[in-house]
Amino acid sequence: MDETKPESPAPESAPKPVPPRKGEADEAALRAPVPSRSLDRLRQALPEAVQEVVFHCGVPIVRVDPERIVEVGHFLKEDAQCRMTLLSDLCGLDLSRLGRPEPRFDVVYQLFSPDQGERLMLKAAVAEGAEIQSVSGVWRTANWHEREAFDMFGIRFAGHPDLRRILMPEEYDAHPLRKDFPLEGRERDHGNWRRPDDERRNVRVR
Amino acid sequence: MGLTLADAPLPGVVVTNVDKVFNWARKSSLWPLTFGLACCAIEMMAAGASRFDMDRFGAGIFRATPRQADLMLVAGSVTEKMAPIIRRLYDQMPEPKWVMAMGICATAGGPFPTYSHVQGVDQVVPVDVYVPGCPPRPEALLYGLMVLQDKIDRMTIRQSL
Amino acid sequence: MFGTSEMEINLGPQHPSTHGVLRVKLSLDGERILDAKPIIGYLHRGCEKLGESRAFPQAIVYTDRMDYVAAVNENIVYVEAVERLLGVEVPPRAQYMRVILSEFQRIASHLVWLATHALDLGAMSVFLYCFREREQILDLFEGYCGARLTTNAVRIGGMYEDFPEGWVEEARRFLEILPARLDEYHKLLTKNRIWLERTREVGVIAGDVALDYGVTGPCLRASGVAYDSRKAIPYAAYREFEFDIPLGTRGDTYDRYLVRMEEMRQSRRIILQALDRLPDGEIRGKTPRRIRPPKGEVYHVNEGPRGELGVYLVSDGTDNAYRCRFRSPCFVNLQALPELCRGHLVADVVAVIGTLDIVLGCIDR
Repeated sequence: MDETKPESPAPESAPKPVPPRKGEADEAALRAPVPSRSLDRLRQALPEAVQEVVFHCGVPIVRVDPERIVEVGHFLKEDAQCRMTLLSDLCGLDLSRLGRPEPRFDVVYQLFSPDQGERLMLKAAVAEGAEIQSVSGVWRTANWHEREAFDMFGIRFAGHPDLRRILMPEEYDAHPLRKDFPLEGRERDHGNWRRPDDERRNVRVR
Repeated sequence: MGLTLADAPLPGVVVTNVDKVFNWARKSSLWPLTFGLACCAIEMMAAGASRFDMDRFGAGIFRATPRQADLMLVAGSVTEKMAPIIRRLYDQMPEPKWVMAMGICATAGGPFPTYSHVQGVDQVVPVDVYVPGCPPRPEALLYGLMVLQDKIDRMTIRQSL
Repeated sequence: MFGTSEMEINLGPQHPSTHGVLRVKLSLDGERILDAKPIIGYLHRGCEKLGESRAFPQAIVYTDRMDYVAAVNENIVYVEAVERLLGVEVPPRAQYMRVILSEFQRIASHLVWLATHALDLGAMSVFLYCFREREQILDLFEGYCGARLTTNAVRIGGMYEDFPEGWVEEARRFLEILPARLDEYHKLLTKNRIWLERTREVGVIAGDVALDYGVTGPCLRASGVAYDSRKAIPYAAYREFEFDIPLGTRGDTYDRYLVRMEEMRQSRRIILQALDRLPDGEIRGKTPRRIRPPKGEVYHVNEGPRGELGVYLVSDGTDNAYRCRFRSPCFVNLQALPELCRGHLVADVVAVIGTLDIVLGCIDR
């Protein structure tokens, strides 16, 4: 069950109501499986591609074989009972501080079917320096999301039409959202544009 | 102010000094450069709209090109990618020019101590007036404008020998 | 005969009509656009990394500043994601309050959209009129949470304060005058010859293409696809209200304009229902003193004024999120810019950028 306890013991005369244990998360309920037609269809059609399934907060989280991500994507988009036509989001995840240094990254796909109303989360593991197939041929929206995952994490997408940085400047040389990159940036990230120290204003003041 | 017609010795004759005339003209028609970068831009637009009305200070005409603007209202966050562009725009403005840093992002980096955020636009261009707030209310921006007008009042065109 | 060669022109990042620091590289053949490549990142402030280094309640402040025109919607999507991770139930009064503030924010955001879009196309009076109405909504926000723009109006588990005295009456007074003002905007623009010339058949996108590009919100609904998170995956108390989803047919700029105008009316309808049926009770559910969700992840979605706002949170059992990803509707909508601009004139790029209703803070995060 849950190990989280309130930090300080609540005195009886506390002005603010201290939430009791009842407010703590019920982990079993959060991890409860939910019925998902798309997941069943996927398991039926491509059983070897599905590596692991967990549930959290009512959404199936499916770990798929990264070599077959395009196949899985095409199936989920085109199958009549899945119709996952909306790739809501695609992002990278650096697992080095979550106990999985190799393979370091996960690419997380959030799929939604506006027709069926079903949601699915796919995950595919990518090692540092390795490549994963781009799904921009399946869903055009993946193009910019994959560029951002490359920019922020350094994950390379094979077959991407235009893989270059999108948020950081083109010549930038690091990947900011990696866990070993500091929040404040490195010494050389700042100070590239400085006005001359002896710049004086031309406005003469009495 | 030194420019009143009421106590003129002759009808229609005003006696003042050149500094006062220049300063009065400059401060009463500050034309800002449209330079809204982030959230403060929305409050800058609200300051230009009819409730707060920057136009009554003469500063209502936002110019899109730096060549025709006097005042660079840096409203919002300055990132390392945008900094060279800010510098270029500042260099393109003709003298006399002033810079107002609106909001705490432009003043000192704001709530973003990150890898891509310049901690204050005064690292890129020299700033005359800082208006803190996140975002500053339009009244605060107008007060900043009045402080800038007071600063302009103290200018002189006299050459120092 | 003379041959033509392609010309490249830069639009932005400092430009009156780019709604922020957006840079678009236009490839032109004469005046016709061959390609329009948006270049973003000039406002990238590192909000996602900040979300990872701040505690969950502290990160709400950053959500205001991303989509700064729809601050309440962005607050709510983040807070609801954390609540899902915690398994916390929000009391009904707080849910209704969230809906009310959310819909007011939607109206305020659409007013900014209309003001800037019309200003770009030359209708300056509409800018002044829209900001006049928006000031009244901002007064309501200020009366509730003290801030006009960056509201920080919700807390994990509910709301932090109840509506002050007189707030509901003032809200009703505003909603009474709103329909007449919306009619005023219609009178100025909807049958206006210049407006029609500049927006009809400009920036057309088909429904399935838009969905493939991930476009959501009014831009998608104007192309005929009826997807709205408030109806498809209801959050807060949206299940309990009756409202319509306006749909367009042609998917051009004019349809997107009509869809957003109608959405403002529907928002008013929702707020009136919510104010009439506002339940009594607590405004804050039971949450632990320290917000430390158990290990897990969630992707939660809201309908912002621009489209689907998403938050993907990974929790590792500590005070901070392990990964805090914000799915930005404008980032995805902007990707469709080349598709919308191809074959049009340079002036139409301004109309298209206005109709996509982009906010650079949301795009660049």
